[in-house]
Amino acid sequence: MFARRRVSMWWIAGAVVLLVAAVVLGAMIGPAGTISSANWDIIWNIRLPRVVLAGVVGSMLSLSGASYQGVFRNPLVDPYLLGAAAGAGLGATLVFAYGRTATSGWPVDPLPLAAFVGALAAVLVTYVVGASFGGSGLSLVLAGVAVAALGTAVQQYLLLRNSDVIKEVYSWISGRVSTATWDDVKLVTPYVLVSAAVLLVHRRQLDVLRVGDEEAMTLGSEVRRIRLVVVIAATLGTAAVVSVSGLIGFVGIMVPHLVRLVVGSSYRVVLPLSILVGASFLILADIPGRMIEHGGETPIGVVTALVGAPMFIFVLRSRRVPA
Amino acid sequence: MSSLGFECVNVLYGSREAVYALDEQVRPGEWLCLIGPNGAGKSSVLRAVAGLVEYRGIITVDGAPIEMRSPRRRAQMVAYVPQSPLMPDDMTGAEYVLLGRNPYVGYFGSETKHDRALVVDVLDRLDLGEFGNRRLGTLSGGERQRLVIARAIAQEAPILLLDEPTSALDIGHQQQALELVDRLRREHGLTVVSAMHDLTLAGLYADRLSLLHQGHVVATGSAAHVLRADILSEFYGVSVSVHEQDDGTVVVVPKRARA
Repeated sequence: MFARRRVSMWWIAGAVVLLVAAVVLGAMIGPAGTISSANWDIIWNIRLPRVVLAGVVGSMLSLSGASYQGVFRNPLVDPYLLGAAAGAGLGATLVFAYGRTATSGWPVDPLPLAAFVGALAAVLVTYVVGASFGGSGLSLVLAGVAVAALGTAVQQYLLLRNSDVIKEVYSWISGRVSTATWDDVKLVTPYVLVSAAVLLVHRRQLDVLRVGDEEAMTLGSEVRRIRLVVVIAATLGTAAVVSVSGLIGFVGIMVPHLVRLVVGSSYRVVLPLSILVGASFLILADIPGRMIEHGGETPIGVVTALVGAPMFIFVLRSRRVPA
Repeated sequence: MSSLGFECVNVLYGSREAVYALDEQVRPGEWLCLIGPNGAGKSSVLRAVAGLVEYRGIITVDGAPIEMRSPRRRAQMVAYVPQSPLMPDDMTGAEYVLLGRNPYVGYFGSETKHDRALVVDVLDRLDLGEFGNRRLGTLSGGERQRLVIARAIAQEAPILLLDEPTSALDIGHQQQALELVDRLRREHGLTVVSAMHDLTLAGLYADRLSLLHQGHVVATGSAAHVLRADILSEFYGVSVSVHEQDDGTVVVVPKRARA
């Protein structure tokens, strides 16, 4: 009667295989050619960091997306829903526009810091405003829309005033893992691990929330608290990866959706599988970007949408969408 | 078996009061049916017990105030079947009924073998075994309604609240669902409080009826006592004829305005 649990173990095993294949492929392919003893240095110091970072970013965005979709009971929600993208974008724009010379003497790069703080601040404002409307899922989403619009407007104003940095800002917004170093990986990994652990712990609670706030309450779940904890964890992880990779779009919606099409909507399976598939997807999506043009690489955010969107449409057409 | 008590309970929606000074004692194992026109406050009473609306006054289970309890503990004492439950299309029947075990699973825990065995047992006893592996989206209204009741039974709460349990069902499935509730309450000693529109069905299954009108209880007692043409005409504004059959069943039939 609960046979679906066993079936999903096979899917998870399959996703692990996919991830291993993606890592191997990501390490082997690049402008400098495939593996040979001479370029081991390239593989270890250039390709592997970006493969690992792409994996970490892809898994975090997919996991956050799936978790947001769970607490807001809306499959169209992405990890940037509550203003994280706009906040991070605004923070990064401020650094590009005003901070480059002022912070040139800093021991740490202010860019990831500003993006991280911007994302967290925007979501915090959204939460405070949304809570003042009653704190339901809908009021949070509406507050998020308003905060995102405000952040984007300020960012656009700053860009018009500082048109010399437009290209840099847009390159950052489009997302990239091409300049990844092991330091970037070390920077985000603690946040991602904490966030992922908290979110995975809530996978059963997210299944209870599928019957709606009220029924979940009558089943003994403390819905507000669960939503708050999940949003905090997902936002922390998203802000961390966004701070080093920029705004890579579409992954957080697409990956959980593909996973649901295959294994159904139970978050007990969707969350772990989203981690594995999200990592594989972003590692693979990073590969064509290296090949299309040498020198100036195609941003990975562009590739995820260019490759992901048609694939997504194809899959949606070929299978019925579960609610 | 548990008793359910209301002491001067007022239900508030903002500043608007939906239920005024409700005093009521539901005995252990009793089936109380709340009747009354739309907006009379029937659902509000149930929602107050379920912890979904704020209220003033005291609601007690076995004499102890329920608002002292955590949501989990409350869910172990009170199971609530909403009027239109949200049932995810691609959840299976067994997964859905397993949600009834949520009050017994810790925040970080997951369901035990016992929980799963209990769900299988509940499904079998309710003749729903065949729906355990079916997706909810493929089931009919009557089948879904029985699964909601099964979820409430899996909750193992001594008090069962039913908000319009039969409003979406045809006459056959109405009878099936209410027979099921009646059987379960005898087997498990459940105390049942339901809100219902169909007066004949309400009188047929409940031990006692309470008629609510604009938040006040205006009549309470047996079907024969409450379902009287003059009372119904006063509070529903309808013209009905009431027939008492030999077996004591009270049948309420609307009359046309002009014959």
